Amino acid sequence: MPEEEAARREAQGSGGAPDADAQLLDRLRQGDEDAFRELLREQGPFLMRLVMMHVPSRGVAEEVVADTWEAVLNGLDRFEGRSSLRTWIASIALNKARTRGKREGRIVPFALLRRRYEEGGGPAVDPDRFQGRRGERPGWWASPPVAWEEPERQLEAAETRDVMLRAIRDLPPRQREVITLRDLLGWESDEVCNALDLTETNQRVLLHRARSKVRAAVEEYLEPKAEEASR
Amino acid sequence: MSPRTNQMLTCREMVELVSDYLEGRLDDPDRERFEEHVAECDACTLYIEQMRMTIAALGHIPTETVSAEAERELLDAFRDWSSTRS
Ligand SMILES: [Zn+2]
Repeated sequence: MPEEEAARREAQGSGGAPDADAQLLDRLRQGDEDAFRELLREQGPFLMRLVMMHVPSRGVAEEVVADTWEAVLNGLDRFEGRSSLRTWIASIALNKARTRGKREGRIVPFALLRRRYEEGGGPAVDPDRFQGRRGERPGWWASPPVAWEEPERQLEAAETRDVMLRAIRDLPPRQREVITLRDLLGWESDEVCNALDLTETNQRVLLHRARSKVRAAVEEYLEPKAEEASR
Repeated sequence: MSPRTNQMLTCREMVELVSDYLEGRLDDPDRERFEEHVAECDACTLYIEQMRMTIAALGHIPTETVSAEAERELLDAFRDWSSTRS
Protein backbone atom coordinates (compact mmCIF):
# COMPACT_ATOMS: atom_id res chain seq x y z
CA MET A 1 0.00 0.00 0.00
CA PRO A 2 1.51 3.38 -0.98
CA GLU A 3 2.29 5.67 1.89
CA GLU A 4 -0.30 8.32 1.07
CA GLU A 5 -2.99 5.68 0.91
CA ALA A 6 -1.96 4.38 4.32
CA ALA A 7 -1.93 7.91 5.70
CA ARG A 8 -5.34 8.63 4.24
CA ARG A 9 -6.84 5.54 5.80
CA GLU A 10 -5.17 6.36 9.05
CA ALA A 11 -6.69 9.84 9.02
CA GLN A 12 -10.13 8.52 8.19
CA GLY A 13 -9.82 5.89 10.87
CA SER A 14 -8.99 8.36 13.58
CA GLY A 15 -11.75 10.67 12.36
CA GLY A 16 -14.46 8.03 12.40
CA ALA A 17 -13.37 5.78 15.24
CA PRO A 18 -12.16 7.43 18.42
CA ASP A 19 -9.43 5.86 20.55
CA ALA A 20 -12.01 4.30 22.82
CA ASP A 21 -13.26 2.26 19.86
CA ALA A 22 -9.76 1.11 18.99
CA GLN A 23 -9.07 -0.04 22.53
CA LEU A 24 -12.36 -1.84 22.79
CA LEU A 25 -11.68 -3.53 19.45
CA ASP A 26 -8.32 -4.79 20.64
CA ARG A 27 -9.85 -6.27 23.74
CA LEU A 28 -12.70 -7.84 21.77
CA ARG A 29 -10.26 -9.44 19.37
CA GLN A 30 -8.43 -10.92 22.33
CA GLY A 31 -11.67 -12.51 23.47
CA ASP A 32 -12.20 -10.24 26.49
CA GLU A 33 -15.73 -10.95 27.73
CA ASP A 34 -15.94 -7.75 29.74
CA ALA A 35 -15.22 -5.83 26.57
CA PHE A 36 -18.09 -7.57 24.83
CA ARG A 37 -20.35 -6.88 27.80
CA GLU A 38 -19.40 -3.20 27.56
CA LEU A 39 -20.14 -3.21 23.86
CA LEU A 40 -23.56 -4.76 24.50
CA ARG A 41 -24.39 -2.19 27.16
CA GLU A 42 -23.29 0.68 24.95
CA GLN A 43 -24.77 -0.43 21.66
CA GLY A 44 -27.52 -2.84 22.66
CA PRO A 45 -30.31 -0.40 23.53
CA PHE A 46 -29.88 1.77 20.45
CA LEU A 47 -29.62 -1.29 18.22
CA MET A 48 -32.86 -2.70 19.59
CA ARG A 49 -34.68 0.61 19.02
CA LEU A 50 -33.25 0.94 15.53
CA VAL A 51 -34.33 -2.54 14.52
CA MET A 52 -37.72 -2.29 16.24
CA MET A 53 -38.55 0.65 13.99
CA HIS A 54 -38.07 -1.50 10.90
CA VAL A 55 -39.62 -4.87 11.65
CA PRO A 56 -43.15 -5.84 12.67
CA SER A 57 -42.63 -7.29 16.13
CA ARG A 58 -40.33 -7.44 19.10
CA GLY A 59 -39.74 -11.13 18.48
CA VAL A 60 -38.49 -10.50 14.96
CA ALA A 61 -36.45 -7.56 16.21
CA GLU A 62 -34.67 -9.77 18.74
CA GLU A 63 -33.81 -12.24 16.00
CA VAL A 64 -32.48 -9.50 13.75
CA VAL A 65 -30.44 -8.09 16.62
CA ALA A 66 -28.98 -11.54 17.36
CA ASP A 67 -28.13 -11.95 13.64
CA THR A 68 -26.51 -8.55 13.70
CA TRP A 69 -24.28 -9.41 16.63
CA GLU A 70 -23.29 -12.63 14.90
CA ALA A 71 -22.30 -10.66 11.83
CA VAL A 72 -20.45 -8.16 13.99
CA LEU A 73 -18.40 -10.93 15.58
CA ASN A 74 -17.69 -12.53 12.24
CA GLY A 75 -16.63 -9.22 10.77
CA LEU A 76 -14.63 -7.98 13.74
CA ASP A 77 -11.26 -9.01 12.37
CA ARG A 78 -11.95 -7.38 9.05
CA PHE A 79 -13.34 -4.14 10.49
CA GLU A 80 -10.83 -1.43 9.63
CA GLY A 81 -12.14 1.31 11.86
CA ARG A 82 -12.83 3.63 8.94
CA SER A 83 -16.16 4.52 10.47
CA SER A 84 -17.03 4.37 14.15
CA LEU A 85 -17.97 1.04 15.64
CA ARG A 86 -21.51 2.26 16.18
CA THR A 87 -21.90 3.38 12.57
CA TRP A 88 -20.62 0.06 11.33
CA ILE A 89 -22.95 -1.93 13.61
CA ALA A 90 -25.90 0.25 12.57
CA SER A 91 -25.32 -0.36 8.87
CA ILE A 92 -25.14 -4.11 9.43
CA ALA A 93 -28.37 -3.99 11.45
CA LEU A 94 -30.16 -1.89 8.86
CA ASN A 95 -29.19 -4.24 6.07
CA LYS A 96 -30.56 -7.17 8.01
CA ALA A 97 -33.69 -5.29 9.04
CA ARG A 98 -34.37 -4.25 5.43
CA THR A 99 -34.12 -7.81 4.18
CA ARG A 100 -36.17 -9.12 7.05
CA GLY A 101 -38.73 -6.34 6.79
CA LYS A 102 -39.36 -7.25 3.17
CA ARG A 103 -39.69 -10.92 3.91
CA GLU A 104 -42.14 -10.26 6.76
CA GLY A 105 -44.28 -8.08 4.53
CA ARG A 106 -43.42 -5.07 6.63
CA ILE A 107 -43.99 -2.96 3.52
CA VAL A 108 -47.50 -2.19 4.61
CA PRO A 109 -50.88 -1.57 2.93
CA PHE A 110 -50.40 1.71 1.15
CA ALA A 111 -47.47 0.55 -0.91
CA LEU A 112 -48.54 2.67 -3.83
CA LEU A 113 -49.06 5.84 -1.87
CA ARG A 114 -45.90 5.11 -0.02
CA ARG A 115 -43.84 4.78 -3.18
CA ARG A 116 -45.05 8.18 -4.28
CA TYR A 117 -43.62 9.71 -1.13
CA GLU A 118 -40.45 7.67 -1.36
CA GLU A 119 -37.13 9.46 -1.05
CA GLY A 120 -38.55 12.72 0.13
CA GLY A 121 -41.19 13.45 -2.48
CA GLY A 122 -44.28 15.48 -1.66
CA PRO A 123 -44.74 18.70 0.28
CA ALA A 124 -44.04 18.99 4.01
CA VAL A 125 -47.54 20.25 4.73
CA ASP A 126 -50.83 19.53 2.96
CA PRO A 127 -51.06 22.25 0.23
CA ASP A 128 -54.76 22.73 1.01
CA ARG A 129 -53.78 24.39 4.23
CA PHE A 130 -52.42 27.39 2.34
CA GLN A 131 -54.29 30.09 0.45
CA GLY A 132 -54.52 29.63 -3.27
CA ARG A 133 -53.60 32.17 -5.92
CA ARG A 134 -56.89 33.99 -5.47
CA GLY A 135 -56.48 34.20 -1.73
CA GLU A 136 -55.88 37.42 0.10
CA ARG A 137 -52.29 36.39 0.67
CA PRO A 138 -51.43 33.53 -1.68
CA GLY A 139 -49.16 30.93 -0.12
CA TRP A 140 -49.89 32.05 3.42
CA TRP A 141 -51.74 29.86 5.86
CA ALA A 142 -55.45 29.27 5.22
CA SER A 143 -55.82 26.91 8.15
CA PRO A 144 -52.91 27.72 10.40
CA PRO A 145 -51.62 25.42 13.13
CA VAL A 146 -53.40 25.70 16.45
CA ALA A 147 -51.51 25.83 19.74
CA TRP A 148 -51.42 22.51 21.59
CA GLU A 149 -52.66 22.44 25.14
CA GLU A 150 -49.91 21.79 27.66
CA PRO A 151 -47.60 20.62 24.90
CA GLU A 152 -44.70 19.62 27.16
CA ARG A 153 -46.86 17.32 29.23
CA GLN A 154 -48.82 15.91 26.29
CA LEU A 155 -45.74 15.25 24.20
CA GLU A 156 -44.17 13.20 26.98
CA ALA A 157 -47.30 11.09 27.51
CA ALA A 158 -47.12 7.42 26.59
CA GLU A 159 -50.05 7.72 24.13
CA THR A 160 -48.43 10.58 22.25
CA ARG A 161 -45.17 8.67 22.13
CA ASP A 162 -47.04 5.78 20.53
CA VAL A 163 -48.52 8.15 17.98
CA MET A 164 -45.06 9.45 17.11
CA LEU A 165 -43.48 6.00 16.89
CA ARG A 166 -46.34 4.77 14.74
CA ALA A 167 -45.95 7.76 12.45
CA ILE A 168 -42.26 6.95 12.08
CA ARG A 169 -42.96 3.31 11.33
CA ASP A 170 -45.36 4.38 8.59
CA LEU A 171 -42.72 6.48 6.83
CA PRO A 172 -40.96 5.32 3.67
CA PRO A 173 -37.85 3.35 4.63
CA ARG A 174 -35.18 5.98 4.02
CA GLN A 175 -37.07 8.66 5.92
CA ARG A 176 -37.70 6.21 8.72
CA GLU A 177 -34.02 5.32 8.96
CA VAL A 178 -32.89 8.94 9.01
CA ILE A 179 -35.34 10.18 11.64
CA THR A 180 -34.73 7.13 13.83
CA LEU A 181 -31.01 7.74 13.90
CA ARG A 182 -31.13 11.53 14.08
CA ASP A 183 -34.05 12.31 16.35
CA LEU A 184 -34.84 9.12 18.27
CA LEU A 185 -31.22 8.12 18.83
CA GLY A 186 -29.65 11.56 18.69
CA TRP A 187 -26.90 10.86 16.14
CA GLU A 188 -25.10 13.72 14.41
CA SER A 189 -25.84 14.25 10.76
CA ASP A 190 -22.39 13.26 9.47
CA GLU A 191 -22.61 9.96 11.30
CA VAL A 192 -26.03 9.29 9.82
CA CYS A 193 -24.80 10.16 6.32
CA ASN A 194 -22.00 7.70 6.87
CA ALA A 195 -24.17 4.86 8.13
CA LEU A 196 -26.80 5.30 5.41
CA ASP A 197 -24.45 6.40 2.63
CA LEU A 198 -26.31 9.65 2.01
CA THR A 199 -25.15 13.14 1.14
CA GLU A 200 -25.76 15.77 3.79
CA THR A 201 -28.38 17.51 1.66
CA ASN A 202 -30.20 14.31 0.88
CA GLN A 203 -30.18 13.38 4.53
CA ARG A 204 -31.67 16.74 5.47
CA VAL A 205 -34.44 16.47 2.88
CA LEU A 206 -35.41 13.02 4.15
CA LEU A 207 -35.22 14.21 7.75
CA HIS A 208 -37.40 17.19 7.00
CA ARG A 209 -40.11 15.12 5.32
CA ALA A 210 -40.04 12.70 8.19
CA ARG A 211 -40.24 15.39 10.88
CA SER A 212 -43.03 17.19 9.08
CA LYS A 213 -45.10 14.02 8.99
CA VAL A 214 -44.47 13.21 12.63
CA ARG A 215 -45.49 16.73 13.61
CA ALA A 216 -48.62 16.34 11.50
CA ALA A 217 -49.45 13.06 13.25
CA VAL A 218 -49.05 14.73 16.64
CA GLU A 219 -51.19 17.62 15.46
CA GLU A 220 -53.92 15.29 14.31
CA TYR A 221 -53.81 13.47 17.61
CA LEU A 222 -53.72 16.54 19.86
CA GLU A 223 -56.03 18.76 17.84
CA PRO A 224 -58.77 16.73 16.20
CA LYS A 225 -61.26 19.53 16.83
CA ALA A 226 -59.16 22.12 15.07
CA GLU A 227 -59.17 19.87 12.01
CA GLU A 228 -62.95 19.60 11.98
CA ALA A 229 -63.43 23.29 12.59
CA SER A 230 -61.34 24.16 9.54
CA ARG A 231 -63.50 22.10 7.20
CA MET B 1 -39.72 50.88 -3.56
CA SER B 2 -39.63 47.84 -1.38
CA PRO B 3 -37.87 44.86 -2.93
CA ARG B 4 -38.08 43.08 0.44
CA THR B 5 -41.84 42.76 0.17
CA ASN B 6 -41.50 41.04 -3.19
CA GLN B 7 -39.00 38.67 -1.73
CA MET B 8 -41.05 37.83 1.32
CA LEU B 9 -41.26 34.08 1.77
CA THR B 10 -44.73 32.58 1.89
CA CYS B 11 -45.83 30.29 4.72
CA ARG B 12 -45.91 27.46 2.23
CA GLU B 13 -42.24 28.03 1.49
CA MET B 14 -41.45 28.48 5.16
CA VAL B 15 -42.62 25.02 6.16
CA GLU B 16 -40.22 23.52 3.63
CA LEU B 17 -37.27 25.35 5.16
CA VAL B 18 -37.74 24.60 8.83
CA SER B 19 -35.16 21.80 9.05
CA ASP B 20 -32.61 23.76 7.03
CA TYR B 21 -33.15 26.58 9.49
CA LEU B 22 -32.99 24.41 12.60
CA GLU B 23 -29.90 22.64 11.28
CA GLY B 24 -28.19 25.94 10.62
CA ARG B 25 -28.01 25.24 6.90
CA LEU B 26 -29.48 28.48 5.56
CA ASP B 27 -26.92 30.98 4.33
CA ASP B 28 -27.10 34.49 5.80
CA PRO B 29 -29.46 36.14 3.26
CA ASP B 30 -31.85 33.17 3.37
CA ARG B 31 -31.78 33.05 7.12
CA GLU B 32 -32.60 36.75 7.22
CA ARG B 33 -35.55 36.22 4.92
CA PHE B 34 -36.67 33.30 7.03
CA GLU B 35 -36.47 35.33 10.23
CA GLU B 36 -38.13 38.28 8.60
CA HIS B 37 -41.14 36.09 7.90
CA VAL B 38 -41.10 34.65 11.41
CA ALA B 39 -41.18 38.16 12.84
CA GLU B 40 -44.35 38.85 10.93
CA CYS B 41 -46.19 35.53 11.10
CA ASP B 42 -47.49 34.06 14.35
CA ALA B 43 -48.71 30.90 12.62
CA CYS B 44 -45.24 30.05 11.30
CA THR B 45 -43.71 30.92 14.65
CA LEU B 46 -46.06 28.39 16.21
CA TYR B 47 -45.38 25.85 13.47
CA ILE B 48 -41.61 26.06 14.01
CA GLU B 49 -42.09 25.83 17.77
CA GLN B 50 -44.21 22.70 17.31
CA MET B 51 -41.53 21.17 15.10
CA ARG B 52 -38.93 21.94 17.76
CA MET B 53 -41.06 20.44 20.50
CA THR B 54 -41.78 17.34 18.44
CA ILE B 55 -38.08 16.80 17.74
CA ALA B 56 -37.26 17.27 21.42
CA ALA B 57 -40.01 14.85 22.43
CA LEU B 58 -38.63 12.21 20.05
CA GLY B 59 -35.27 12.56 21.75
CA HIS B 60 -36.89 11.89 25.13
CA ILE B 61 -38.39 8.55 24.16
CA PRO B 62 -36.32 5.97 26.04
CA THR B 63 -34.35 3.49 23.97
CA GLU B 64 -35.28 -0.15 24.14
CA THR B 65 -33.73 -2.40 26.71
CA VAL B 66 -31.88 -5.63 26.08
CA SER B 67 -33.26 -8.47 28.17
CA ALA B 68 -30.93 -10.29 30.55
CA GLU B 69 -31.69 -13.48 28.66
CA ALA B 70 -30.71 -11.97 25.33
CA GLU B 71 -27.52 -10.66 26.90
CA ARG B 72 -26.65 -14.10 28.25
CA GLU B 73 -27.19 -15.67 24.84
CA LEU B 74 -25.03 -13.05 23.19
CA LEU B 75 -22.25 -13.65 25.70
CA ASP B 76 -22.43 -17.36 24.92
CA ALA B 77 -22.13 -16.52 21.24
CA PHE B 78 -19.10 -14.37 22.03
CA ARG B 79 -17.44 -17.22 23.94
CA ASP B 80 -18.07 -19.57 21.03
CA TRP B 81 -16.66 -17.04 18.65
CA SER B 82 -13.50 -16.42 20.63
CA SER B 83 -12.90 -20.13 21.28
CA THR B 84 -13.06 -21.01 17.56
CA ARG B 85 -10.46 -18.47 16.59
CA SER B 86 -7.74 -19.01 19.19
ZN1 LIG C 1 -46.07 32.25 7.84
